[in-house]
Amino acid sequence: MTIKEAQNEIIDEFSLFDEWMDKYEHLIELGKDLPLIEEKYKVEENLIKGCQSRVWLHANLIDNKIIFTADSDAIITKGIVGMVIRVFSNHTPKEIAESELFFIDQIGLKEHLSPTRSNGLLAMVKQIKMYSIAFQAKA
Amino acid sequence: METKTDILNIEKIRKDFPILSREVNGKPLIYLDSGASSQKPQQVIDVISHYYEHEHSNIHRGIHTLSQEATTAYEDSRKTVQAFINAKHDHEVIFTAGTTESINLVASSFGKKFLEKGDEIIISTMEHHSNIVPWQMICEEKGAILKVVPINDKGEFLMEEFEQLLSKKTKLVAITHISNTLGTINPVKEIIVKAHQNGTLVLIDGAQAVPHKKVDVQDLDCDFYAFSGHKMFGPTGVGILYGKESILNDLPPYQGGGDMIKTVTFEKTTYNCLPHKLEAGTPNIVGGIGLAAAINYMNAIGIDKIEAYEHELLIYATEQIKQIEGVRIVGEAANKASVLSFLVEGTHPSDIGMIIDKLGIAIRTGHHCTEPLMNRFEILGTARASFAFYNTIEEIDIFITALKKAIKMLV
Repeated sequence: MTIKEAQNEIIDEFSLFDEWMDKYEHLIELGKDLPLIEEKYKVEENLIKGCQSRVWLHANLIDNKIIFTADSDAIITKGIVGMVIRVFSNHTPKEIAESELFFIDQIGLKEHLSPTRSNGLLAMVKQIKMYSIAFQAKA
Repeated sequence: METKTDILNIEKIRKDFPILSREVNGKPLIYLDSGASSQKPQQVIDVISHYYEHEHSNIHRGIHTLSQEATTAYEDSRKTVQAFINAKHDHEVIFTAGTTESINLVASSFGKKFLEKGDEIIISTMEHHSNIVPWQMICEEKGAILKVVPINDKGEFLMEEFEQLLSKKTKLVAITHISNTLGTINPVKEIIVKAHQNGTLVLIDGAQAVPHKKVDVQDLDCDFYAFSGHKMFGPTGVGILYGKESILNDLPPYQGGGDMIKTVTFEKTTYNCLPHKLEAGTPNIVGGIGLAAAINYMNAIGIDKIEAYEHELLIYATEQIKQIEGVRIVGEAANKASVLSFLVEGTHPSDIGMIIDKLGIAIRTGHHCTEPLMNRFEILGTARASFAFYNTIEEIDIFITALKKAIKMLV
């Protein structure tokens, strides 16, 4: 599945929800799933510090594909983090660098990417792009 | 519970604040974030509009009528502030951009002239970053040392520890009147007496106090008192530094520019008298005038009534929130203003904040610009509801219901 297809899949999933509450409940369920990152990677250098909540992001290049794992201490943020990982993980650095992130906007969670939220999400998305560029340069 | 909600004519008051009738996310707005910034009554908004529509011109330098009128309006505002805090002279009232600038002014001007290597400045654990960082900066520059008064688990200032920290090296004590995170009302009068016995000057950060209780700077005998317009129903970008005349006279200017000079030559500049010496450049004229309008509005309601009413709100909200399982209140000082910081077991404050925002309720979550205080409690942040006199018991009920709903979703 391409990055674009993965995003469209999430948009389809969310089209079932009319109300913000259903969306949030879905995010919370996603967030409650198993930890997305190994404890040993929840270290300072992987920490993206937002004013409101913290996000950890770890990247590993295997067979020219970047495997992302991540976590957040806030569960709604964690739910969104999980979806972002699902979209980008297991793709080549080139695919990630050239992709556009559009699903968060389309499922009506745009405000979570606003700088004023300061929840680490925006910084995380930037960091994902940085990793893709860095791994591309290494290749 | 029986409440004295008849202390104020709350319906009439709420109509004065246009923003309170708007909706947020399809629900009536319930604004519980006045600790961050208060809303503005129509009376203040009208004064600001009227000033720009009819009165604006630059002040202190014009020969023409408009300038004279604007100057009178601005200087009358200074007198309004003077009366409000009971300063001895109007030139002891310095207009600034806000509490942050007021504190930076003292740190910079006082520090530059009076602080030497090895000197000490005392603050407390519960200070806002704006009453920590300016002192750290000047201490670093001067080789001075910052000392911190600890607090107990309830969030109360420890007087004995403070007394032990006072020494011949202590040049200044800078303490918050009311903690923005905990709501603790500090015994500032006693702190000031003890500091003065030691020959030490005291600055009080009054940003959270002035909107909620009567402040009399002569009665307190503080040397400096700082506060902001936007937290007391006035405009943003304006604040006050009160200082005793003799001390302000001793301070070197904070910034150079127009208005603060007597004569300028390329060889030597002499400075204007107070308050102008400390107010370089064209000031926030409309800010000052708007602030005075806010003070007039508060005076018309009555500060004592505001304090009594908000206390009722705090007591009621505290009782209600305590009944929710898993809630822990952060800040349980015996003497407390209308700030309610809390944590809910198994949830993150930002999740609570996001969910109840969808229900139209505005609270603040995070470290509230008090990271060292959060470290003291070994937490990363709290959710905080802060009340003003335009809030109601009914709003607290809705907030509590929304909070329960959020917890049900999250846990």
